[in-house]
Order: sequence, then structure tokens, then C-alpha cells
Amino acid sequence: MSVLKAENITKEVTSPEGPLTIVRELSLEIAAGESVAIVGPSGAGKSTLLALLAGLDTPTSGRVLLAGENLTALDEDGRARLRAERVGFVFQAFHLIPALTALENVMLPLELAGRRDAQTLAAQTLERVGLGARTGHYPRQLSGGEQQRVALARAFVTRPAVLFADEPTGNLDSATGTRVCDLLFGLNRDLGTTVVLVTHDRTLAKRCGRVLHMAAGRLA
Amino acid sequence: MRALTIALRTLAREWRSGELGVLLLALTIAVSALTAVGFVVSRVSAAVDLQANEVLAADLRLESPSPLAARYLAEARRLGLETATSVGTLSVVFHGDASQLTAIRAVSPTYPLRGTVTTAAIAYGPASPATGIPARGEVWAESRLLATIGAAVGDEVAIGAATLRVSRALVTRPDQGSSFTELAPSLLMNAEDLAATGLIQPGSRARYAALFAGERTAIEAFKSWLAAHKQRGERLLDISESSPQVRSAIDRAGRFLSLASLVSVLLCSIAVAMAARRYVQRHLDAVALMKTLGGTRAFIMAVTLLQLGVIAVIAAAVGAALGYVAQAWLIHALRGLLAVTSLPPPSLAPIVLAILTAIAVLAGFALPPLLQLSRVPAIRVLRRDVGPPPLVIWLAFWPAAIAIIGLIYWVVRDFVLMAGFVTGLAIFVAVLALGGAMLVRVAGALRGHVGVAWRYGVANLARRRAESVVQVVAFGLGIMVLLLLALVRRDLLEDWRASLPADVPNFFFVNIPPGDRDAFLAYLHEAGAEVSRALPMIRGRMTAINGRLLDELSFPKEDGDGFASREQNLTWSTGLGADNELVAGRWWRPEDAGQPLVSIATEYRDSIGLKLGDRLSFDVAGESFTVQVASVRQVKWDSFQPNFFLVFPPGLLDATAGTWMTSAYFAPGEPRPIAQLVKRFPSVSVFDLDSILAQVRGVIDKAAVAVQSVFLFTLLAGFTVLLAAVQASRDERRFESAMLRTLGASRRTVRAGVLAEFVTLGLLAGTLAAIGASLAGYLVARHVLDVTYHFDIRVWLWGLAAGAVFVAGGGWLATRAVVNQSPLLTLRRG
Repeated sequence: MSVLKAENITKEVTSPEGPLTIVRELSLEIAAGESVAIVGPSGAGKSTLLALLAGLDTPTSGRVLLAGENLTALDEDGRARLRAERVGFVFQAFHLIPALTALENVMLPLELAGRRDAQTLAAQTLERVGLGARTGHYPRQLSGGEQQRVALARAFVTRPAVLFADEPTGNLDSATGTRVCDLLFGLNRDLGTTVVLVTHDRTLAKRCGRVLHMAAGRLA
Repeated sequence: MRALTIALRTLAREWRSGELGVLLLALTIAVSALTAVGFVVSRVSAAVDLQANEVLAADLRLESPSPLAARYLAEARRLGLETATSVGTLSVVFHGDASQLTAIRAVSPTYPLRGTVTTAAIAYGPASPATGIPARGEVWAESRLLATIGAAVGDEVAIGAATLRVSRALVTRPDQGSSFTELAPSLLMNAEDLAATGLIQPGSRARYAALFAGERTAIEAFKSWLAAHKQRGERLLDISESSPQVRSAIDRAGRFLSLASLVSVLLCSIAVAMAARRYVQRHLDAVALMKTLGGTRAFIMAVTLLQLGVIAVIAAAVGAALGYVAQAWLIHALRGLLAVTSLPPPSLAPIVLAILTAIAVLAGFALPPLLQLSRVPAIRVLRRDVGPPPLVIWLAFWPAAIAIIGLIYWVVRDFVLMAGFVTGLAIFVAVLALGGAMLVRVAGALRGHVGVAWRYGVANLARRRAESVVQVVAFGLGIMVLLLLALVRRDLLEDWRASLPADVPNFFFVNIPPGDRDAFLAYLHEAGAEVSRALPMIRGRMTAINGRLLDELSFPKEDGDGFASREQNLTWSTGLGADNELVAGRWWRPEDAGQPLVSIATEYRDSIGLKLGDRLSFDVAGESFTVQVASVRQVKWDSFQPNFFLVFPPGLLDATAGTWMTSAYFAPGEPRPIAQLVKRFPSVSVFDLDSILAQVRGVIDKAAVAVQSVFLFTLLAGFTVLLAAVQASRDERRFESAMLRTLGASRRTVRAGVLAEFVTLGLLAGTLAAIGASLAGYLVARHVLDVTYHFDIRVWLWGLAAGAVFVAGGGWLATRAVVNQSPLLTLRRG
């Protein structure tokens, strides 16, 4: 059963040179629990596709169904609510809030969802990614690998149906990247989370169940 | 509730991490500067009011040529006011054969309600405050009266049918000299003794006064009641009408303080807007992330509003506390300098002002950019170049405009002044913005011809086009108001000084018989006095305006009736004094001699509602005549020269001229041959102006304290703007500096570039500020403060120097850490 479905989606933007099509009439279907890597050269439209699938952006035409809900029919706040309930994110630049500690960063999505047990759950998840001793540290006090593990904990703490990852190892050395990947796929396996990731890293892509090649806005 | 929890928690976290510091600091300094000004202004205003009330010896005073009804006093007591009575008359006091025309005041035991009577144990002895009033059977006589009649403290003097003992020498009483009928030496007696003197008979010339003092609200209520119930010929006096000199000083001081505090408000608002802008820039990523994690727009808006509310409360509380401390320190520091002995405690009103200001400034200047935060698209987490859609210009502009116009009106309470200020400001900001835009264009052309440091610095200005314009406008405005304050303050004080020079007349002489006039003036010249003009003084009454009796008329101002119906002091003159400026009509020509014309003062025109060509009917010594208004004069009352509301051409009143008056200056240290003068011209009444001058100087001193303090706080506000502006570009600078140093630029080159940028910015802001200050200074001096404007090239030199030094110095200090930071550390952080 598919948890994510794109039907003939196109994304056009206006550039100084005129209209530019970044994603062109693309369709795909991803099953629950599956892990999918989207690969392709720079400018192929990978990140834009990820944003469309996650409901961070809306397609110019076509529709995206996430956990059975038509993302394209929802307004910005509706998509935000759906993300809060169903989606987790991991980014290349980690995107931790510098003013918050590791624990507070992980608590944030739970707090936004109004969960009263935010602190306990966040602490447990940090323990699980091996950072139980560093809950009170601020992002600037953590190494790149540790920051990405905090980001993983933040992504998994809400038990999302789908985890989107944009170059999750892009800012890490290969050894650290491998450790973060182990963790990511371990959580994917243990929690049954669907993983959709964009990467240039062939090793990482190979660890996914399916690899989609993208070029000039289409799936090759 | 969830929004509140998150708002408070993130606020606390951001406070701990220093993220919130800039906005909170800017607002707190803004509020503290403003409340300190508010506290100081409230204290100085109260002191000025108190001092001015001392001139009345009360908060409110009702005067009449006939006895006042007892119900006035009864009503005042019912409202909880203190009351006192005073009856004044002119009579001759005898000591043996010697006599002197004396202003006699018979007062009730509670006199004075405001101010203090001072007396001395012997004539011309050291003064000390008196308790109460003379006991029954005793009087307190002024030293010059005692000298004239050859009496001493302890002697008995005859007043009318009574013989009373002089128990003290009267030095000052608060309400001396509030009208010219009392220029003769004073004598204070107990009202209980008045009947025994027999001075007051039906038809006697006397001035009855009822004095009232108490809580402001009760006084206001009673004033309204009195205005409705008082009889024709009864004159109500409060501080605004007590004397033209004091009123003039208070008007000027009040307007200047309002203007200066407005400038603080504006500068603070600019600082807050800049801090808010930076806050938004730094929170774009966090908000995009919150949205990615499921935060809705309404939720983010609620969090932002709640955080703003908390910030407003904290800034208002801390700012008001700091403002309170600052004003106490300031008053303390300035007290010795300006010889002000005591000020009343500050009122609590500035705390309300602190809260309202924090809310208004935040709502007007911080809210629009902060609400933009909720419009940051979630996609920013993947594409950092995506920001919120640009602010709709009207949405960005109106809250700020409404907040600032509201605050301006609230401070000035005058539509005309507010409109003038807003218009001037809008023009100035537009000119500065144009100047900033021009710089951006010029910078492009210059870049190829300068060294690398200057190229980098000037290129920075050109690249941050909008930011450069904003900073030029802010710096320009800051420097302009500082220059303007210096300029106006100098004009104001110089004008005051010019109007009260060291040789301002210190003696008034009235009741000079026409036959003695030439001899009297010659005597003054011989005695070495500087004599001002001599004018005749004729008593008369106005009976009708344009053929309609006064009773049938209504007047545009409350005091119009008083002006029209009271006994008038009339004069005639050939020349127009330097302290009189013709604002309408024309001055007398030779052919006007004997023509039925009159020149009126602007106060008369405005209060009675007169215009050129109106016909005024007078009764002078039983003779009626009608004259036409030929001109209107603006009179500088604080020149201490003889001046009159009504001036006739020569030849019309010559036959009725009763007496003459003049004023003269006797240099200190010179023997003042006043005693011989009084002996030689016994009917001339002499009035020593030194005491009233001291009172006026006291008022001006207090105003100067306020001016100085406001000036200091405006300077502080200007620094806040500078810090906020530099702070706003700090992150960008940190990255650029790291990049340049990575590419091989020395620390020195980067520093030179930063300096070049700020010097250029400062010079432009300084040039525009000098233009603005010169223009605004001219307008303010001419139209608001009514003082003479002096063009000063130093404004330009100071403007440019201040711009370069102030902006470059401040900018350099604020960015030093950026330049010195390790490029590796900066680039790693990204």
C-alpha cells in the first residue's frame, strides 16, 4: 500500500530569463516502510521534488497524496498540520535552532503537536541516538555528526510515517556519515518509517531499497 | 495556552543565548531615555508651576475693584481648597512729618497660600522666612519705605486713622509686582486692623483679592465654577495669566521640552525598527523550521505577539526604573551647576508613559516586520534564498506613522505644531532617502578610482542599497536633531540672555508729574542711570466696540472680557520701540498726530477678537471718544521696558496725560541715589525690579535644567540608533571580513575598508543633517519659539565632523570584534 504518491506533477517558476520548468510531468508511488533514494546531477530538480513530496511547496499542476491526503488541496496551515502528524525531516545543514539545547530541539516538534510528554520522549530518543549525555548542550557545542544525530532524533521523535532527508551526509566525513546512516536505516527498520532521501552519495543510495534517477526534471 | 508556553520558553531560551538582547536593549534604552525625560520634565514643570504660582501667592486668584461675595470663599472651602483674602490700596503712610505713598496690603491669617513672605529684623537686614502675618496692631514695612519716612523697626506709623507699630522690615512677598498699581513701596498689615484705618470708604480705590490653593483637580473644578459665576469686572488669574514675563518663559520652555522629547521618541523608534529587522533576519530559519515541523501561521503569529507583549512589559518596567534612576542622577548633577535649590518629587505619570510608549513603539515599528516572520515559507529549509514576501508598503508604513503621529500629538497636544513637525520630518526623510540613493549611484562611479580598502568599503554601501539608505536616514536624522537642539538651545538661551541682559532696567518709576518729567529724566541721567523710554500713563475704560456696548458682546477667548472691561492703562507715543514688532497695519506718520487712531497688542487682538479698522470707544476722565484700530504690535513683554497694550498717536491724549512712567538701570556697586530721588520727587513711586527679576531668572534657570537634560537624553537616543544600525549588519560583515582575509587581505585592509564605509556614510549623513538642521532651526526659531535665528557656518563643520567621527567611531567600535575574529571560525559557522 502506497504512503506517498505523486500524480503527473509539474513545477514551474519564473526566472529573469522567463518561465523555467524544474519538475516535469512526474509520477511515482512509494510504499509504506520502503526506503527510496533520489539521485541525479545538480540542477536535476531532486530537492524541488523532495519539497513537493513533503508539502513544503506546491506543484504548478498534478497532485501529491501523502498518507492518503491530497496535499495539493490543502492550504499552508493544513499542510503544516499534516507534516506535524506524519512527516519528519533531516537536512544537509542540520537546521538545529542555535538558541535551543539538544533536548529542546528534539522537544520542539512534540511541543508544536501539543504533546505533554515532550521532555520524556525527547530524552528517550536522544538516548537512542547515543546522545543521552549531551542533552543540555547547544548545537555550537556539538560536532557535525552529533548535530546530525540530534536532527535524526528530532525527525523520529514524533514517529512519522515518512522521513524526508536532503543530503543527510553531505556535511559529514565518510566515517561519521556511515554512522549516521546506520542510525537512520536502523530507525527506519525498527519503526517501519518510510524514508525518502536525496543524495549524491552512491554508498548511501545503494543502502536504499529503491533508487530513482532524475535528470532535467524527469525520472530517468 | 500552547502558544503562551512556547512563547515564554523560547523567549527565555533566546534571552539566555543573547538572541533577544538587541531588541530588548534598544527598547529598554528607548523607554528609559523617554521616561527619564518624562520624570525630569514633570519635576521641572511642577517646579515652574509652583514658582509661577508664588507670583500669585496662590494657585488661583480672583481680583475685583469692589468687595468679593462671601459665597466664593464658601464654595472654595466646600471643595476642600485653602483660601485667603487680601485688600490692596494706595495710601500715604506718615512717620512724624515724613510721608510716602505706599501700597498697603491687608491680609487674612492664611496668606500667602503659595510662596513665602520674607522679613528682616532691621531695615535692609538679612531676610528670613516669616511665619504667619503681622499681629494685630503691627505692620511689616518695606525697607525703602522706612528709609523714605525715616522710620525704623519698632517705630509707630500712621495709616489713615490708625497708628500701628512696625514690627519687621518686609523684604519680599510672593505676589509683589503682579500689577503696576503696586509699584509703590509695600506695607503688609493684618486685615483685622483695616477697618480702624478708615482707608476703605465707599468709592475708595481698592483692589480686593480672594486667593485659592489646593489639589489640581479641585482647583480646575473651582476655576470652571468661578468662570461661570463671577461678576463683570472680577478678574480670574491663574498661572497662565499671572504675568506676561512668566507666561512667556513657560510657553517657550514647554514648547522646547516637547520638541526635544519628540526627537527622543523618534530616534528610539528608529533603533527599535532596526533591532526588529535584525531580529527578523536572524529568525527566518527558525520560523521556517517550525513551519516544517508543523507550526501553523496563526500559531507563529500568536507566539510572536505574545513575545512582543512580554518584551514590552519587561522594557517598560526596566526602562522606567532606569529612567527614574537616571533622572535622579541628572537632577542631582545639574542642581549645583544651575543654582536650583529644590524640585518637587516626580509624578508617576511617566510610568504610564513608559508602558504606552513601549507598546506604541513596538506595535508601530517592530510588529510589521515581526509579523512578516509568520509569512516565511517552509521551503526556506531547503532553499535559503527564499524569504517572506516583501512587506506591503502600506502595511509597513501605517502602523509606524500612526504610532509616531499619535505619540507626537500626545507629547505636543497641538495640531499645528504636530502638523509642522510631521511635515518637516517627512520632507527631511525624503531628502535623506534621495541623498542615500544618490550615494549608491556615485559609489559605483568612484569604485574604480580608489584603493582596495575604499573600493571594498564604498562597494559595501552600494551593494546594501536599501540598508545604506536606511542608515543614512537614521544617522542623518540623529545628527540633525542633535545639531538642531544645539542650534535652537543656543538661540533660545541667547535670546533670553539678550532679552534679560545684565543691564536690563532694574527700577521702574511711575506717577511722574508731567511738569517734573524733564527734570526727573535729567536727574536720572546725572545719577549715571541708563534710562529707557518715558511714556505717559493715562487711566481709562473701554465702553464699546464698533458702537456696541461691551455687555452685548461675546469674546473669542476666556480672558477677552477681562481685557475689555478692566480699567485700561493708555499711552501715546511717537516712536515704535525695538521691543515692539508691527504685525499688521502701519505705525504713526506725522500727519496722524491728533487723529482718532489706536495701536493694539496682539494679546488684545486675539482675546477680544479685534481687527484693523475696528472702532473702540473709551471713557477717559469722563470724556468719551472713539478711535480706529490702525495697527497691531507684537510686544516683547520680557524686555522690562515700559510697554502698553494700547498706544495712541501723539496729540490725541496730551491734554489728559496724568503722569509719566519710565524704567532705568543702575549698575550694581554704584550708589543708588534713590533716597535723594524720592526726597526730590516725592510724588514719584519707585519700584525695585531686582526681586521680580530674580523670580524670572529662577524660572529660566529651571527651564535650562530641563533643556540640558533633554539634550543629553537625545544624545543617548542617537547612540542607540547607531548601535542598532551597526548591529543590524554585523553578521554579514563577519562573513565578508572572513572571506576577505581568507583571500589574503590583511587585517589592516579590512579595517580600512570598514572605516572607509562608515566615514563615507557619516559624511553624507552629516552633510544632509547640516542642511536639515539649518532649515529646521530657522523654522523652529521663527515660528515655534519666536526667537531670532542666527545662521552659523559651524553647524556645517560640526555636522560633517560629527557625522564622520560619530558614525565611524561608533561603527568601528561595534564592528571591531567582527574584523578581529578568526576567519576559520566564521567560515565554519557559515
